[in-house]
Amino acid sequence: MIDFTFTEEQELFRKAAREFAETKIAPQVQNMEKTNRGWDEVVKELAEAEMFAVTIPVEYGGLGMGYVARMIATEEIARISVATAMMYQVFGLGFEPFIKFGTEEQKKKYLPKFATGEQLATVAVTEPSGGSDPKGCSTRYKKMNGSYILNGRKCFITNSHIADAQVILAVDEENPEAFTTFIVEKGMEGFKPTHEEHKVGMRGCNTGEIEMKNVSVPAENVIGGEGKGLKVAMACIGDVGRGGMVGIAMGLQQACLEAAVKFSNERILYNKPISNLQTIQNKIAEMKIDLEAGRLLGYRAAAMQDKGGRTSNEFAVAKYFTTEAVQKAAKMAVDIHGGYGCMEEFPVTRYLRDSFVVGPSAGTSDIMKVIIARWALS
Amino acid sequence: MILNIIVCVKAVPDPRVADKLKIDPVTKSLPRLDIPLVINSLDSHALEAALQLKKKYETQITILCMGPPLAGNVVRECLALGADKGILLTDRAFAGADAFATAYTLAKAIEKNGPVDVVFCGMASSDGATEWVGPEIATFLGLPVVTMVREIVEDQGLDWIVNADFQGGYRKVKLKLPAVLTVTRKINQPKALSFSGIIKARSKEITEWNREKLDIPADRVGLKGSPTHVTDMTDLDSRREVEILEGSLQEKVERLVQILCDAGAV
Repeated sequence: MIDFTFTEEQELFRKAAREFAETKIAPQVQNMEKTNRGWDEVVKELAEAEMFAVTIPVEYGGLGMGYVARMIATEEIARISVATAMMYQVFGLGFEPFIKFGTEEQKKKYLPKFATGEQLATVAVTEPSGGSDPKGCSTRYKKMNGSYILNGRKCFITNSHIADAQVILAVDEENPEAFTTFIVEKGMEGFKPTHEEHKVGMRGCNTGEIEMKNVSVPAENVIGGEGKGLKVAMACIGDVGRGGMVGIAMGLQQACLEAAVKFSNERILYNKPISNLQTIQNKIAEMKIDLEAGRLLGYRAAAMQDKGGRTSNEFAVAKYFTTEAVQKAAKMAVDIHGGYGCMEEFPVTRYLRDSFVVGPSAGTSDIMKVIIARWALS
Repeated sequence: MILNIIVCVKAVPDPRVADKLKIDPVTKSLPRLDIPLVINSLDSHALEAALQLKKKYETQITILCMGPPLAGNVVRECLALGADKGILLTDRAFAGADAFATAYTLAKAIEKNGPVDVVFCGMASSDGATEWVGPEIATFLGLPVVTMVREIVEDQGLDWIVNADFQGGYRKVKLKLPAVLTVTRKINQPKALSFSGIIKARSKEITEWNREKLDIPADRVGLKGSPTHVTDMTDLDSRREVEILEGSLQEKVERLVQILCDAGAV
């Protein structure tokens, strides 16, 4: 039989994550919204709460709690701050190449520092030409005197300006079929974050561009083996990047539902709360149905991931479903708020803006359908 | 020397959803439905007081909780927060216990557990709020008790000094261990759960004891062992009153000052 229940420990973990988000992250949200900054403060809080250690194996200083636990944490953070959850999930994405493909030396060098938050990580694949077709990547490398020289530009990179180590996908200048991932560290000559994005939502989440001009990367910074870069990038993005977005979408759906329930129970019309109106109940029911269904898809995929299998396809389904659902949920939450839904004092306006950014992150719904169709047709 | 600390913890309905609790008009009881159980807020201060001592001395912190099997989650949470072991007193025979029967059962468990130096309790529970359980445990154990402790001033050796709330002020009390202390919120700020604490709790033991294990006669526990009974319960109808001040600015200010003075706020 399938057991759909969380373990006692996972329930406790959710409680801890929720308390953390409500007490440590919630007070930062206003500043993040106002300034499109505040990441230093939330990163410090995430580190103190051992959030970065969740998926890192115990032997490298982590907690080894797995991907269901990561999804719980991401969901609970997103319920309070999607911007923080986005940075958090991409830090986890950044750790993944080290966990799954790193050499023993790379694991020992980086993972203990990632676990404590002393160093931060990200993955950089997307370029101005797009991110869903990594073979279209134009960041190039060439071998020279035992090192690799990187040139190119990446964009829409979450944590671009704050990550200490970035796993960057590049193509061999001399062989357009050979892709390799490199660990590029902050401070390497010729490497720098450049433009910072101003997104419609997720304000306070660091997103921007990075530039590489003749960056010399030592051979020991190749991760996953030369010519294996596509496998590294796609496995991490497909399993962990998509999974993170599912957690974010579910947390934001929960926030939308809670806001809609609260407002509709308090707002009086015709001498009764508007939650008595069938049209409002219809919206709330749809939000609840989508959330419950999304959780089944998302946590099923995460549970499979904990068993060690590839879950890119399962997460493509979950990502499609939940990120579409959250855009619907945010719109309905705003609708239920009526005129108040246009006022920034009410968090639903933020939820609506954030939901737009959740959609395309880690692959649009259209791309998810391409992946799902390939899976079904294969 | 190891300081043996017992922290008495009650699993109470989650106050965040307590508005769903409705008095049964027939039985005059509070059916708990599926409202989750959480640690009684004041008991988390009691646990934190014990954890503060753990930072300074070699201690063994034992959580003692009487409740339904689901209360085991609350005990597990206490272990995740840093306690060393847990004892859950669970038996259908314990149901319906008043403060007296509860304190008697807890005292018997403390005796069975072995030597104790300090028993910490929250000053009151959020659902019963009698404030009797701590003092009654002390009575059954023949130990001194200080209620409403807001600060532990001196905790070296067996001679302690504590400050305890008293009629708008506080009293400084000298006591000799072993003793029972009930604490207020002022004593500390409980720490949040940590993920590593949750993992460490995996290897910590929770022991379950029933009435037979405690060797207590059936007529000393639960409803049968309770000399007090709740005979009635009513909902409180609390309403906010709004008074809109009229007149000139000066008149409104004078009226506001008068209202604040009458309310004892100024």
